[in-house]
Amino acid sequence: MREIQYREAIREAIIEEMDRDRKVFLIGEDVGVYGGAFKAYKGLLDKYGPDRVINTPISETAIIGAGIGAALTGYRPIVEIMFIDFAALAMDQIANQAAKIHFMSGGRLNVPLVIRTQGGVGKGLATQHSQSLEAWFYHIPGLKVVMPATSYDVKGLLKTAIRDNSPVMFIEHKMTYPVKGAVPEEEYTIPFGKADIKRKGEDITIFAYSNMVLKSIEAAEELEREGISCEVVDPRTIVPLDIDEVINSVKKTGRLIIVSEACRRGSVASDISARVTERVFEYLKAPVKIVAGLDTPIPYNSTLEWASIPQKSDIIKAVKELLEEIL
Amino acid sequence: MLGISEKTKIEMLKKLIEIRRFEEKAIQLYKTGKIWGYLHPCIGQEAVPVGACHAIGIQDYVISNHRGHGHCIARGADIRKMMAELFGKSTGYCKGRGGSMHIVDMELKILGENGIVGGGIPISVGAGLSCKMEGKGNVVVCFFGDGAANNGVFHESLNMAAIFKLPVIYICENNMYAISMRSADSVSCKDVGKRNCAYGIPGHIIDGSDPVEVYNAVKKAAGHARDGRGPSLIEAKTYRFYGHHPNDPAEYREKEEVEYYTSEKDPVANFKSRLLEEKIITEERIERIESEVDKKIKGAVTFAEKSPEPELEKFLEEVEQI
Ligand SMILES: Cc1ncc(C[n+]2csc(CCOP(=O)(O)OP(=O)(O)O)c2C)c(N)n1
Repeated sequence: MREIQYREAIREAIIEEMDRDRKVFLIGEDVGVYGGAFKAYKGLLDKYGPDRVINTPISETAIIGAGIGAALTGYRPIVEIMFIDFAALAMDQIANQAAKIHFMSGGRLNVPLVIRTQGGVGKGLATQHSQSLEAWFYHIPGLKVVMPATSYDVKGLLKTAIRDNSPVMFIEHKMTYPVKGAVPEEEYTIPFGKADIKRKGEDITIFAYSNMVLKSIEAAEELEREGISCEVVDPRTIVPLDIDEVINSVKKTGRLIIVSEACRRGSVASDISARVTERVFEYLKAPVKIVAGLDTPIPYNSTLEWASIPQKSDIIKAVKELLEEIL
Repeated sequence: MLGISEKTKIEMLKKLIEIRRFEEKAIQLYKTGKIWGYLHPCIGQEAVPVGACHAIGIQDYVISNHRGHGHCIARGADIRKMMAELFGKSTGYCKGRGGSMHIVDMELKILGENGIVGGGIPISVGAGLSCKMEGKGNVVVCFFGDGAANNGVFHESLNMAAIFKLPVIYICENNMYAISMRSADSVSCKDVGKRNCAYGIPGHIIDGSDPVEVYNAVKKAAGHARDGRGPSLIEAKTYRFYGHHPNDPAEYREKEEVEYYTSEKDPVANFKSRLLEEKIITEERIERIESEVDKKIKGAVTFAEKSPEPELEKFLEEVEQI
């Protein structure tokens, strides 16, 4: 199968959906001639024109609001927030408006809105451009939250997000854009709430999403050479969450590590740990272990930055520690 | 140029040159991988911070943004500590934790650069409040770009500063672009400086390539603020000579436009010629200044290179306490 970059997979998904449905359009900062801050929109302005590829001022609240209003009145906007850190400026529109409208209208109104954004550490961009804030959105009932790790997943899930009738936080990772992965030529979509076993294994389950999937796979490959077999489970969407797939894996291995780039306090990882423990406590051979980012703003200096989030070596260490623990 | 002493003019020229050379060095270091992350050089815009910072006193506050090296240097920041910060070293202004976008120096009353566009504008309201409550006649200068002026925080803050009559000088550096977005396309009334009407405050639209024009406007606004008459809005028309950051080829700009501004509106070259014409300075003196600045910058780079990395252990200890 051909291999394409994550950013190309995004572009393909948008093109296919914009061609399929004239109600789909793109709006955000520097999405036009600039082609997006991470160059996922190359050529789209030329292809669709400024009515469907709309460049905006730096007005995050109004950008999200524009998406909500257009969605309520029949369109399917893809709205971009350049960095997830900037979603902080638009939280009312996301959390109090987009997330609530369907419920508060007794189900009569829909907000088919995709908020494309990216987060994470990795380029020395420091504290206001490196955060992993998925827990904010995970916490708000009424939003779906997608965190694709690979080219294949990002394409299939973005197409599903565009067709979905709810507001979707579509959170990419800045380090994944240049990464290549297999993507078929034929059209496909990926349903929400369906985890993917990225690697089969027997001894231990590693639950990870977004860029941490890639790091977990690398760790699993290295551990394999030492005779340790890890199963890497990628939920792909954290809302809705395919908890059953995680549970099945844990029932088999009896051990669970949750890897999270986001800092630990109040994290998605903590919640997954609680959910799994509630459901399959009797199957666990050791306590669930969380390998998470440190509870710190992200520093600029690369050594400190590196130390702030889980690395392959941390995952390997955690796996070994957990295998030694017996309840 | 009424009211500005020859000495001040020469000081201003020195700062213009220092900012220009600092930024050129930073770009060069960025391209060779010595510094990384985001770097937003202010080459082409030097006259705004230089004019503004010379028009205020040492007790006044300065609020900066992501393109803030010029603000810091014009205010008198130590370029050794700035360079060390760009290198991520422990001797940097933020101990290597902030990088280019987060330089802060409370001794110089620089309340900080900011990675969030518009992030400093609301903070100016609080700094203005504290100046007003202290009653010592201090003011706040708040720098931001044309892009930031389109964020909601601009409206909330200017309105609040106006109703409370806070001593804040809002300086919009309109360099005609916010990344690729032209301000001509993003500012509905074309001139940010005309928005003063909405808040009932004075507005000044000035040529931001001329440090004297900037100086005079800021002096006036500062006087207004110190008299307890509230904030002013200054729009300084300027141009960034390069891309948004060193990796941006800025293909969204017309070649002719870039040529016009870089040849006609170069604040450093123009101010040099002006001081020469006015016989305030000689070619030889300028050359001496330039070589002194170069030496200073070289010294800053050496300082940064030789400085120790931040200690990982210490960082981890601090994290435990957060
Ligand atoms: C709230 C927010 N939105 C978007 C960005 C991304 N961004 C960084 S600089 C910039 C352009 C800023 O333009 P302007 O305020 O005119 O300043 P300039 O860069 O032109 O000096 C943008 C969009 C950001 N840092 N913060």
